[in-house]
Amino acid sequence: MEQPILEVKNISIDYPISIGTVEAVRNVSFSLKEGESIGFVGESGCGKSTLGLSLLRLLRPPGMVVGGQMLYHGTDLLSLKEEEMRKLRGNNIAMVFQNPLTSLDPLYSIEDQFFETLKEHNPQITRQEAVERAGKVLEDLSIDKDRLYEYPHQLSGGMRQRIMIGLGLILNPDLLIADEPTTSLDVIVEAGFIDLLARLKKEYNISLILISHNLGLVAEIADRIAVMYGGMIMEIGEAGDIFARPMHPYTEGLIGCVPNIKMDQEKLASMPGSPPDLVTPPAGCRFSPRCPKVMDICREKTPVLQDYKNGRKVACWLYNEAE
Amino acid sequence: MEDLIRVENLRKEFPVQKSFFDQLFAGKKKGFVHAVDDISFEIKKGEVLGLAGESGSGKSTTGRLLIRLLDPTSGNIYFEGENLADISSKDIQKFRSKMQVVFQDPNSSLSPRMRVGDAIGHPLKIHTDLGTEERKRKVMELMERVGLSPAEFLYYKYPHQLSGGQSQRVVLARALVTNPEFVVADEPIAMADVSVRAMILELMKELKEEFDLTYLFVTHDLSTAKYICDRIAIMYLGRIVEIGNTRELFDNPHHPYTKALLAAVPVPDPAQRRTEEIPRGEIPSAIDPPAGCHFHPRCRYATEACSKGRPKMKEVSPGHFSACILD
Repeated sequence: MEQPILEVKNISIDYPISIGTVEAVRNVSFSLKEGESIGFVGESGCGKSTLGLSLLRLLRPPGMVVGGQMLYHGTDLLSLKEEEMRKLRGNNIAMVFQNPLTSLDPLYSIEDQFFETLKEHNPQITRQEAVERAGKVLEDLSIDKDRLYEYPHQLSGGMRQRIMIGLGLILNPDLLIADEPTTSLDVIVEAGFIDLLARLKKEYNISLILISHNLGLVAEIADRIAVMYGGMIMEIGEAGDIFARPMHPYTEGLIGCVPNIKMDQEKLASMPGSPPDLVTPPAGCRFSPRCPKVMDICREKTPVLQDYKNGRKVACWLYNEAE
Repeated sequence: MEDLIRVENLRKEFPVQKSFFDQLFAGKKKGFVHAVDDISFEIKKGEVLGLAGESGSGKSTTGRLLIRLLDPTSGNIYFEGENLADISSKDIQKFRSKMQVVFQDPNSSLSPRMRVGDAIGHPLKIHTDLGTEERKRKVMELMERVGLSPAEFLYYKYPHQLSGGQSQRVVLARALVTNPEFVVADEPIAMADVSVRAMILELMKELKEEFDLTYLFVTHDLSTAKYICDRIAIMYLGRIVEIGNTRELFDNPHHPYTKALLAAVPVPDPAQRRTEEIPRGEIPSAIDPPAGCHFHPRCRYATEACSKGRPKMKEVSPGHFSACILD
């Protein structure tokens, strides 16, 4: 079997605050093969963005990783010095955020932003080289080269987001983390962007971690899907399989409560209650207070993510018991 | 079914300020954003009409015009026989209790310093002469109905103490407290989490039946529109390009823009990945929109004729209209 590009083992992340500790992420493990894409879905506060940031060690204090390993090509990212981590960011692992306007500097032209990014990682580079490389990337993004000389406010939202991807790709990383990359885009622009992302993934041979609350979006592009709830992975598996046969009651609820344009739905599934308070998370399974199939054991013991079949893993007592 | 609202040739232009120097030296004239460009439609009593389109299509402006939160540049809006476009902003007051609005972000719609109960009861204070006790009783009743329970507990909370779903319920309750007939819902679930969205949508459906409401549902999300709307109007750059029954529109879309929009919707099912081609480019500026059919620069069926003259609305099947010269 090929060596995974990224292997995350039992990561836990805490945010100590005045009234206690927010257990933002608990015992998350997953691996990503070269060229593979994985989608993390879940509602706000489920820990998906925190997880994404932690992979680049960009967590803002007081957030901190309190346990586990993140092996990138076999090296534990957590053991690296800050200096080494800086080199890795951009060169090896890049990230694209939700809102391009807050990620691009309004006072610098697009060319400057590319130049600065390249220079940060290769101080010898000349402006001319930078322009050439940026031009090539823009071509791949279907953006006219002349746009290099414009400023962020002169570009449309879709174009800005493509520039962000370009800035992420220019250093040839092999892992791209995209956190809600299309939330600020319109549907048609979003669709174009997703097509582009799928194409770039192939052309640049990058692995992709896509973080989104939008199930449809994730379904378009991810090979595998991890469903998160209350800081934990509830279910992980091949994308088609998860949608066709959701096993965890939360996954089922999540799929059922989204209007689907290809179906005639009489009534949407309802999921009463709200996501758990992670300072004092519910005992046992974190979904148990909202789970329609809750059993006694669910409120006492936390189920672990167990292998099922076809690479599917589920953390639910409904299935653990059957074994 | 009778029409509750009839809109005729509605227009709204916003002036764009050009700088003094531009006017003097660059010869630029004062421009206008054609936010709503001559649209006509009707909303039947008891139906949910969806207004769908991308940002900048004029759908929210249309919603605001209908309840006169904005004054139209020209055109008529008939509500129960009276032309709302004609009456003075003073006289509009008496219609306000009959038409309400729910916006996207509940937190910016609620005063952070007003207790939940007071916020919901505020319209009663303005529009009725009910006493304090009676107002409170009515508010509590409604709070229980929209799922804000226990009401006696939540009545005294401030908005920041509520969850996102609860705040949107407060906004809904406030909109319904005066027993309106017509509610404009402007992206009411866009900010909420998926599970909350489903609950708000279900609640809106139930309330519609219970309170005999008519909705104008403004959304960019066609999946949601399909779920809740009886009819849908697709807008592009201030114009309605297609309007029809939801089922008919989805099964049998006519306008190339509608087709493109439908093709672009991500489907939460990898087995149904879309195959159609997505149009290039983005929605152009509404200050200088393309001549003729606004969509022609992005349309893959465009011919030369498309850049000349605005295509007329044609009835392509009963109750289903499309504005494309190909029809």
